[in-house]
Amino acid sequence: MSTFLGMPTVRPHPADPPGAPLRWGPSFPEAAHQTLRDEQLRANLRTATRTIRDKRRRVTAELGDWEQLRDAGAAIKADVMARLPELLTELEANVTAHGGVVHWARDAAEANAVVTEIVRAAGAREVVKVKSMATQEIGLNDALAAAGIDAVETDLAERIVQLAGDMPSHILVPAIHRNRAEIQEIFTHRMGDAPAGLSDEPRELAMAARAHLRARFLRAEVAISGANMAIAETGTVAVVESEGNGRMCLTLPRVLVTVMGIEKVLPTFTDLEVFLQLLPRSSTGERMNPYTSMWTGVTPGDGPSEFHLVLLDNGRTRALADELGRPALHCIRCSACLNVCPVYEHTGGHAYGSVYPGPIGAILTPQLLGLGEEGGPFGAHDPTGSLPFASTLCGACYEACPVKIDIPSALVHLRERSLHPDGGHPPTATDLAMVGAARVLASGRLLRLAGWAAALVGRATGGRPIHWLPWPGSLWTRVRDVPGLPRRSLSAWWRDRQGWSR
Amino acid sequence: MTGPTVREEMLARVRTALGPQPPAPAGVPRDYRRTGTLPRGSAEALDLLADRLEDYRATVVRSTDDVAAAVAALLADVDSVLVPDGVPEDWLTGLTGTVRDAPPLSHDQLDNVAAVLTTCRVAIAETGTVVLDGGPGQGRRALTLVPDRHVVVVLADQVVHAVPDAVAVLAAHPHRPLTWISGPSATSDIELVRVEGVHGPRDLRVVIVAAPTGGGTLTASRT
Amino acid sequence: MRIAVFATCLVGTVMPRAATATVRLLERLGHTVDLPAGQACCGQMHVNTGYGPEAMGVIRNHVRTFAPVLDGRWDAIVAPSGSCVASTRHQQADVARRGGDGRLAHTAEQVAAHTYELSELLVDVLGVTDVGAWFPHTVTYHPTCHSLRLLRVGDRPVRLLGAVEGLELRDLGEAEQCCGFGGTFALKNAETSAAMVADKADEIQATGAEVVTAGDWSCLLNIAGALDRRRSGVRAAHLAEILASTRDEPWQGAAL
Repeated sequence: MSTFLGMPTVRPHPADPPGAPLRWGPSFPEAAHQTLRDEQLRANLRTATRTIRDKRRRVTAELGDWEQLRDAGAAIKADVMARLPELLTELEANVTAHGGVVHWARDAAEANAVVTEIVRAAGAREVVKVKSMATQEIGLNDALAAAGIDAVETDLAERIVQLAGDMPSHILVPAIHRNRAEIQEIFTHRMGDAPAGLSDEPRELAMAARAHLRARFLRAEVAISGANMAIAETGTVAVVESEGNGRMCLTLPRVLVTVMGIEKVLPTFTDLEVFLQLLPRSSTGERMNPYTSMWTGVTPGDGPSEFHLVLLDNGRTRALADELGRPALHCIRCSACLNVCPVYEHTGGHAYGSVYPGPIGAILTPQLLGLGEEGGPFGAHDPTGSLPFASTLCGACYEACPVKIDIPSALVHLRERSLHPDGGHPPTATDLAMVGAARVLASGRLLRLAGWAAALVGRATGGRPIHWLPWPGSLWTRVRDVPGLPRRSLSAWWRDRQGWSR
Repeated sequence: MTGPTVREEMLARVRTALGPQPPAPAGVPRDYRRTGTLPRGSAEALDLLADRLEDYRATVVRSTDDVAAAVAALLADVDSVLVPDGVPEDWLTGLTGTVRDAPPLSHDQLDNVAAVLTTCRVAIAETGTVVLDGGPGQGRRALTLVPDRHVVVVLADQVVHAVPDAVAVLAAHPHRPLTWISGPSATSDIELVRVEGVHGPRDLRVVIVAAPTGGGTLTASRT
Repeated sequence: MRIAVFATCLVGTVMPRAATATVRLLERLGHTVDLPAGQACCGQMHVNTGYGPEAMGVIRNHVRTFAPVLDGRWDAIVAPSGSCVASTRHQQADVARRGGDGRLAHTAEQVAAHTYELSELLVDVLGVTDVGAWFPHTVTYHPTCHSLRLLRVGDRPVRLLGAVEGLELRDLGEAEQCCGFGGTFALKNAETSAAMVADKADEIQATGAEVVTAGDWSCLLNIAGALDRRRSGVRAAHLAEILASTRDEPWQGAAL
């Protein structure tokens, strides 16, 4: 991140500079403790997620074959994972045949080095960027800055986040945590060329961004993008966007570098007919996003004369190796799961401490980082290990996912990974309590005893609600009562009625 | 450039991750609509296209035979109109100040052109989408990007109902650079308030030509 | 019909009124009801908290207790809980299989096929929507997440409530939003859970209903706990309690 000392009016979110973009900050409950207090954030998120949720519901209901499209999308993605080696080499061959150069990168450092070298070779000190999760994930901007190269984010929300020194808090609308007044403030103090008397009207703010970025687009020598999909059969790469900043980056500069996770490959050109219906409707809730660009290698006389495609692993093969976690790689980054998630709606994206927030982030981030692997993160109190627990398993995400990723089941599986890491670990107090509870819950006799004990307490408290319990019950009674306990146990009631059956 | 070792190692990792018995390639059920129900170029398809484009706040003009008049009306207030090669000459009769991309214009020159007039490859009624593939009358991608107004003429038989119909048309030349345009550029990044017109053309005007007359010229842009 | 009631561990210990209501309702409808003594828990809490391997014994006990349904001891098993039924249907066999017990997995699947959530049993198996209940109160219904999305009980509970004499149903705003319970989530992420249940309580109070109902006492425990803490005056009743209530034996809330 660049330094913005001496301009105290804009405070970055999160306040502490994050470490790694894939996982920074404390555990989810600790981070949520901070974000839940931000009333402004809560209000922004509530309005935003509800608006986008309703739009999505309207445009998906409009298509009579929506469920069939989801089934096709899920099956195509499963097929991609099964045939990944052959599809990647096919993609490489076709991109190369059309004048592109394909690079392979095992991790963030390798990818950053490849991109930095391409920019250096082009002699550029400034690059324009299309919003891209993959380049966020690898911290490309910081790596370029370290090499003296200024990476300018050109998506409006991404530019807001960059100018503010924030981290993104949503996959689609990274500045969703900022309202118009804050954005006015950020532009006024950080843009450098903001018009005098800039108001907080969204239109005026958007026009200020247009003016601010236009000269940069026209002079840029190098652009960097991600990819929404790439077609193995043809070597075609696609970027889906709204503002036209993508088209500017993909069309005007001489050199284009695209960084793409290996899971983004699709087998055939025909598959576009599925994903170009699923993605926009799930993502922005539009029938179609304003602009989609597709290109294959280089086209003489049209667009960049040099094209590089960087294929990124960075933990994806770890997720691929886990059969139950693998579906996380099916994600098309639409963010529908964030918008319907009640946990996300309350805590916001920064509580997840990752460029991938929300339900999909809670299953993707831990897998990319090797949760439960020997020497890897684990445990419910670890920043990464806590992510799979950041869900009530309500299932709204699974219902909304355009490629039917069973996020709740993956969360449950990763909770188990988090608590049972390879190589074992000394049991925690919770582990011991749960083992003890399992013995009670595996026995009708012991559970009846528990019921009898509860009724004893019920009689002692007169069946009245309980307002206070010692820890860990205090976690419950801080905001809730425990409804009054029964004065008679179920087994006693049944025995009196007719005797336990045998 | 990365050496073959990184490539080989990554592919090996992928194979290892899939295990000694990789999952069988999954069959893909394609029982979604593979073709739209509205016939290509039908009045219903044209109406739907117009409705969906207007929903994005594009300007839509319906025309039957006098394309030149419709185009002239949409460009009456500008002094320079960029015309890529392949736009039928008889559409241009009402225009003054046409500019050609020969020799290719610089980015700054493009930035000083007020409008661009093009044909298209295919249009999708259901989603209000016009697709350019760089064929005759469409020009290189920068031409329809930098000028602030884009006037595109859509001929009836270029209008298909649904997305799969369009993908089938485009599959004839999948390697051409494609630009799918659904309304003027827009953003909802500030409090999810939609603002039309950011970096791409802020002003999209579409002429939908219902009945081709003088067939030869009007279908000239199709390949 | 001979019906075995699976009370669930939570109802069996702290909220027996949902189980007693289920028994009384089914007997009133002319069925023979059993409450098998060996029953305890379906294993859901352990599985969902990441203790799948530790849940093996719990699942084994559940399957053993209810396996006689396969020999015709009962015609069906019913539980007054959407999420416990969902766990028997969608989790038990998977956990058993991963734990290396294929036979247990197989039996669990067979037992699950005979296991119903209360509204499913009434509407689909017994074919009734009007159970002859009387409940002279305004009521709002919270569709619990697992009933809604895992079991897809749909409008069955609402149809049952709609046929109750004297009951006035009030629509709940943002009804399909989770209440924030989530089992151990309420403890592990206590503050987020609290924020979520506060919203749910707001929506419930906005309906002006006297009673909030749902098909799961686990979620109701969370919701009622928050409503009680606010001294909202809104009372909580399981769907079974409302359906068991008649003029002769009216609902008495907490009394057992």
